[in-house]
Amino acid sequence: MRTGRTDSHSWRKLKSTCISGLTFCSAILVIAPLALVFFYVLKSGIGAINLGFFTHLPKPVGEPGGGMVNAIVGSLELLALASVVGIPVGVLGGVYLAEYGAARVNSLLRFIADVLNGVPSITWGVVVYGLIVLRFKSFSAYAGGLALALIMIPLILRTTEEVILLVPVGYREAALALGIARWKTILQIVVKTASRGIITGILLALARVGGETAPLLFTAFGNHFWNHDLSEPIAALPLQIFTYAISPYDDWHRQAWAGALVLVTGVFCVNVLVRIVTRVRTASA
Amino acid sequence: MITLPMPQPEVIESRDREAAATPDMEQEPLPLVIESKNLSMWYGSKRAIENVSLDIPARAVTAIIGPSGCGKSTFLRALNRMHELVPHARIEGSVLLDGENLYASDVDPAIVRRRVGMIFQKSNPFPTMSIGENVIIGLRLNGVRDRKFLNERLEKSLRMAALWDEVKDDLHKSGTSLSGGQQQRLCIARALAVEPEVILMDEPCSALDPIATAKIEELIQGLKAQYTIVIVTHNMQQAGRVSDFTAFFYMGRLIEIGSTTKIFTNPSQKQTEDYITGRFG
Repeated sequence: MRTGRTDSHSWRKLKSTCISGLTFCSAILVIAPLALVFFYVLKSGIGAINLGFFTHLPKPVGEPGGGMVNAIVGSLELLALASVVGIPVGVLGGVYLAEYGAARVNSLLRFIADVLNGVPSITWGVVVYGLIVLRFKSFSAYAGGLALALIMIPLILRTTEEVILLVPVGYREAALALGIARWKTILQIVVKTASRGIITGILLALARVGGETAPLLFTAFGNHFWNHDLSEPIAALPLQIFTYAISPYDDWHRQAWAGALVLVTGVFCVNVLVRIVTRVRTASA
Repeated sequence: MITLPMPQPEVIESRDREAAATPDMEQEPLPLVIESKNLSMWYGSKRAIENVSLDIPARAVTAIIGPSGCGKSTFLRALNRMHELVPHARIEGSVLLDGENLYASDVDPAIVRRRVGMIFQKSNPFPTMSIGENVIIGLRLNGVRDRKFLNERLEKSLRMAALWDEVKDDLHKSGTSLSGGQQQRLCIARALAVEPEVILMDEPCSALDPIATAKIEELIQGLKAQYTIVIVTHNMQQAGRVSDFTAFFYMGRLIEIGSTTKIFTNPSQKQTEDYITGRFG
């Protein structure tokens, strides 16, 4: 009596335990690198973090002290430049995909955007090098900003499209039934309803490109001093980290770790901000 | 007096005449507001309504009844060109509003919808806006800026929708914070604020409890003094309670239209009688 049924029961129990164990291990494998990276960067970088790091320009090799203020400000400038191009193009493109356009053209555009999202970021650096840097014969903040913008556009485009498609059709109908023109309905009702999702997409795109080094190598190029003209090379945090990390000087290595810590913290903060933004949405809905 | 910016002068004229009308004024009665003539409609290759000719009298409630899929909602949406949101929807025939063809090539669908408002099955106040903003959004997005005028219209519309007393202290709160029945009345206030001539209602009470339904029905009775109302309903008792005229649709065709009393007591078509008495549908 107890033979077959009990055996198969314990066998099923064993299988279930194995599978949940495997999924648990996979989950740990996903989380562990994040924790390891964060704590290692924290441990190595915290020693070089001080007020001077945020207020001083880099010092020549051998001189103690110095900071990365120009790189931090430069990164913000590059992100601002990238936003000026990337956010409007990405958001409007997403609106177009979701609201206008023929189905066949849209599926082609969507496919292209997905391919672009997968293009290695250094490719964007080379493209902009060819298009801008060679033409104007100078590395520049503009070129760096454009390279970052080109990475942002397909990211923002796809998230914008997706969140706009989530807006229930009832709101569109209600607005149109009030005699509101279609473009006003889309901008004032649909995009407004989806705005938190769009902002989330923009923030995540900014966090992503904020840490990019490769597209800046042949565009923004880096700079040990303040940038006074956006058509000149500009410092960026990831570039500065790269330069310092491959240098042979211990002092610079410490600064590179500190830079990495600042960068990781920045990206982390943006992600937390995104969580807060999306939480407000679910609370009000 | 502020009027909406409308490219069609004759529209403004006819409205102003209505607004200025006093009881003793000799007013030309408009017996018919909407006339559909040989209206057929397709979704892709599927014909949804077939050759419907139907006159809708002014300042009365016309109910459209019929089993699911009979084309009654489709017909309703053809009256303010809402079906154009559906890709591959195609229409033949014409719909006249005060004698003008809504489907003439020079007619802007936005203007049509300002004159023919709509209430939907599921209440849909805009979630990003407060109660007050919801009511005046139609005016604001049509270019009305005058704060005083907007406030007056806000109160007037909410009073007409029998919602003012319930929300007057909470105008800044989110429209979605209201109950289902209040949300539907908010949607009615929002539609009234742009002062349409006709209000289409697509099963406005099907998601509401009996008490909220009774309030909406009472509201419809009050509104018909000023507006022409067309209501699609699944609920025959509701059609009997609120409407003056009833049209019965079956399989995409208009079977019969007449006074509600006649349709419910002495229909001339066998199919109508079978549906009314519950033999099918």
